[in-house]
Amino acid sequence: MSDAKLKRVDLIFGEYSNVKYKVLADTLIRSNEEILKDLLDSGLRGRGGAGFPTGMKWKFTAETPGNEKYVVCNADEGEPGTFKDKEILTRVPRKVFSGMAICGKVIGAKKGFLYLRGEYKFLLPDLLKELDQYHEFSKQLGHDFSIEIRLGSGAYICGEESALFESMEGDRGEPRNKPPYPTTSGYLGKPTVINNVETFVNVLMIMRLGPDQYKKLGTTDSRGSKVFSVSGDTPIPGIYELELGMPLERFVDEFGDGDTKAVQVGGASGFCVPRKKFKDTVIGFEGVPTGGSMMLFNSSRSMYNVLHNYLEFFEEESCGQCTPCRVGCQQLRKGIVAVKKGDKKSVYLDQLMKLSESMKITAKCGLGQSVANSFSSIVNNFKEEMIY
Amino acid sequence: MTKQINLTIDGINISVEEGKTILEAARSLNIHVPTLCYHEDLCVAGNCRVCVVEQENVKNLPASCATPATEGMVIHTNSMKVRLARKHIVELLLSEHNADCTKCYKNKNCELQTLASQMLTGDHMFLDLVPDKKYTIDRFNTAIIKDDSRCIRCQRCVRTCEELQSVSALGVAYRGDKMKISTFFENPLFEVVCTNCGQCVNRCPTGALIERNYIDQVWDAIYDPTKHVVVQTAPAVRIALGEALGMAPGKIVTGKMVAALRRLGFDSVLDTDFTADLTIIEEGHELLSRLKKALVDKDPKTALPMATSCSPGWIKFIEHTFPEYLPNLSTCKSPQQMFGALTKTFYALKRKLDPKNIVSVSIMPCTAKKFEANRPEMRSSGYKDVDYVLTTRELGIMIKQVGLEFEALPEEHFDSFMGTSTGAAVIFGSTGGVMEAALRTVYEVVTGREVPFDGLNITPVRGTEGEVREATILIEKVKPEWRFLEGVELKCAVANGLAHAKTVMQNVRDGKANYHFIEIMACPGGCLGGGGQPIPTNRDIRSKRKSAIYEEDMGMPIRKSHENPEITAIYKDFLEKPLGHKSHELLHTHYTPRKRY
Repeated sequence: MSDAKLKRVDLIFGEYSNVKYKVLADTLIRSNEEILKDLLDSGLRGRGGAGFPTGMKWKFTAETPGNEKYVVCNADEGEPGTFKDKEILTRVPRKVFSGMAICGKVIGAKKGFLYLRGEYKFLLPDLLKELDQYHEFSKQLGHDFSIEIRLGSGAYICGEESALFESMEGDRGEPRNKPPYPTTSGYLGKPTVINNVETFVNVLMIMRLGPDQYKKLGTTDSRGSKVFSVSGDTPIPGIYELELGMPLERFVDEFGDGDTKAVQVGGASGFCVPRKKFKDTVIGFEGVPTGGSMMLFNSSRSMYNVLHNYLEFFEEESCGQCTPCRVGCQQLRKGIVAVKKGDKKSVYLDQLMKLSESMKITAKCGLGQSVANSFSSIVNNFKEEMIY
Repeated sequence: MTKQINLTIDGINISVEEGKTILEAARSLNIHVPTLCYHEDLCVAGNCRVCVVEQENVKNLPASCATPATEGMVIHTNSMKVRLARKHIVELLLSEHNADCTKCYKNKNCELQTLASQMLTGDHMFLDLVPDKKYTIDRFNTAIIKDDSRCIRCQRCVRTCEELQSVSALGVAYRGDKMKISTFFENPLFEVVCTNCGQCVNRCPTGALIERNYIDQVWDAIYDPTKHVVVQTAPAVRIALGEALGMAPGKIVTGKMVAALRRLGFDSVLDTDFTADLTIIEEGHELLSRLKKALVDKDPKTALPMATSCSPGWIKFIEHTFPEYLPNLSTCKSPQQMFGALTKTFYALKRKLDPKNIVSVSIMPCTAKKFEANRPEMRSSGYKDVDYVLTTRELGIMIKQVGLEFEALPEEHFDSFMGTSTGAAVIFGSTGGVMEAALRTVYEVVTGREVPFDGLNITPVRGTEGEVREATILIEKVKPEWRFLEGVELKCAVANGLAHAKTVMQNVRDGKANYHFIEIMACPGGCLGGGGQPIPTNRDIRSKRKSAIYEEDMGMPIRKSHENPEITAIYKDFLEKPLGHKSHELLHTHYTPRKRY
């Protein structure tokens, strides 16, 4: 056990300039090539959880021909255990809008949207106030890029990018077939960059610090810092910005209550890491990736209940269009209940594990594909809790 | 030239045009990848996931229907991984599905059942979810029954209703485990904008959407010695019935159908084509009288363009969607309803039967006809003019029930009266047919000459699927009494599928089109693609049915409605003259404005 504390970082929330929109102003006079090069050099990967290299995403969209392109900020923060975007939008909305404006410049978009989770409606007045300021500054800077806020209506699936576009277009929030990807066909079928709230802030900080200084944080595979939402059995729940690539063991030392038996990394769609694996688990794209959610469970918790809770969530929040996700989630939840009650033998869990594997490789979108993450990691590591 | 993409499927190299999907590439190699939500007539949904395949060096299994082929792709359609995943998917669908197949109307004609039997699903892998579901059955409608317990949520019906018909009566409601196909505010089908066209029924892979069948009622009537059961058969039935009985699409089975109906025990086997000819006479004169009112009397209230009224799906659509244009509809009843009204008046009189003892049955390619026959205004004989409407499919079932070997039946002729018809009536079954038949008659009435088209084939008005056909016919050297039509260019439009009907009506409303006469059929391809026709349906099948219809037309000795001797006779003996008093009483109708919601 190490005494050294985890490195706290203050990139996202920190004061970065005394002059409003200074970094934006400084960046807008640079060439698109330079900006893209910095982004690619920085190694920044999307902060929503999937971790697609941001520079690549922007480059592809910039290269797609078309006069009409869009920038969308995904603020439909719905993953259970994640609440960092709320904090970012409350404290540093200017950084978010600046990041979006830079993206607009690079890809050649004149319009951006912030898709705000319906439950975050209370943020709207302050965001609109800041947006007025942004629009004033962008006019002064001669940057033709306006931003509009759209509200979701409470569906988890609308955080999936193509379902989000459907929702924005006024249709039912159902994921689309991919390809085509948003870089060629996104909102209204036009080339679109869609990034997480935190990603846009990271972009801005890379513009301010330069890729070399930014790269000093994190590891080769996971550059930079990450805002974590820490919850569960911890004496100090809350928002923490930490360097990426940390060993889970040290995280638990610092945030656990001394009796941590498992950490759910990445929310309901993430992985459950049991105590015996804390030592060998790295938080980052090389290990267990996360959109920010870190839920700690101590030995008083039933992992069966935890899993049941997640499955109930997925059962309700699946959009219902594809078979593996719609029916699979029902079968997994009812299946563990049947095993627990003794209606099915414990070997039925193996059947369910195979089913979750099939869901992972056949579901239409990330929702159905990621149910297997929590399912298999909890069932594998806490099998006795599932049965007895 | 489009770019070619090279890929390998199950070890076979193939080159396809850029944009083609893996599924299309596989099919061109005769590799059968199973599908459920995929339908050639519809946009790709990619939601059932049955068609997944394995792509080398890719973690997930792409849905072959929704994934375009890319250069160098190596695909396996039947790997171990694929087989297990596919079996899981079918098992999942079955676990949510009321799989009591012997109680299902679609038993043995169900795509899910076929897949399950191919995969030897046997003992179900997963828990039965059906008991926990609160599935409902909507059996309030006279035409279509919707049984949610049979639904696999493939959304073919939703896409059909929106894309082909632009009706959108069916949509998706709720999400997750509660996701279902539903209607506006979950109202029963008879209370929403549903036109009863039955296109969803044609494309439903299971028994979730079916026609309301009246087979038992018809048997009861046939076996009731006090009843005289008359049957009429629509033009599009004779070119599709064979499919329901195992024959290839595009076979003309008129004579065998007549023979079969006799063997089923119908007392008189007659032909809706007879009243199709009658419709032409009435509707043709109605068009001429409207033209006269507009051109000679300059009556500003004359509703032009005049639209055909044979298709009951179209009628309900315009009642809901363009109620302000109801005066533009021809007041002629559809041939089915003209036939019904005449059966219990003229036919009863001629055969010295009491109309109350006549049961009038029709065989239609259509589900909307069931609704039409139940309209309150369709009782002009004093009785229900058409008692029961059966689809082509229901007739197929009845023939199977009695064990007739259909293909071995002799060719027989319709009875008379009301059994003689012309080629003009036959083509009612295809898009553009009513227009062509009407023009063959109208032109000759006005000019005294045959239409100036080779072999009477007015090909410019023969509709095509997926487009609105427009044509102009110049009327010249007219008879003296029609002088006002000299040099008039008769502007016609032909549309099939309600989405195209909507386009035509929008153009009319927006003043973009200046038609005199429009023919609209609710179903793709016209009645030959009707909602009561054998399943499956696709463009290829429909085009074979279409060829059969025009072949039947060419083979008819008389090809113009006004030359049908029975038509001449019925005006002489009974109706007196077109648009006369009796016609108005029996052959014409009125319409009801309806709301969108």
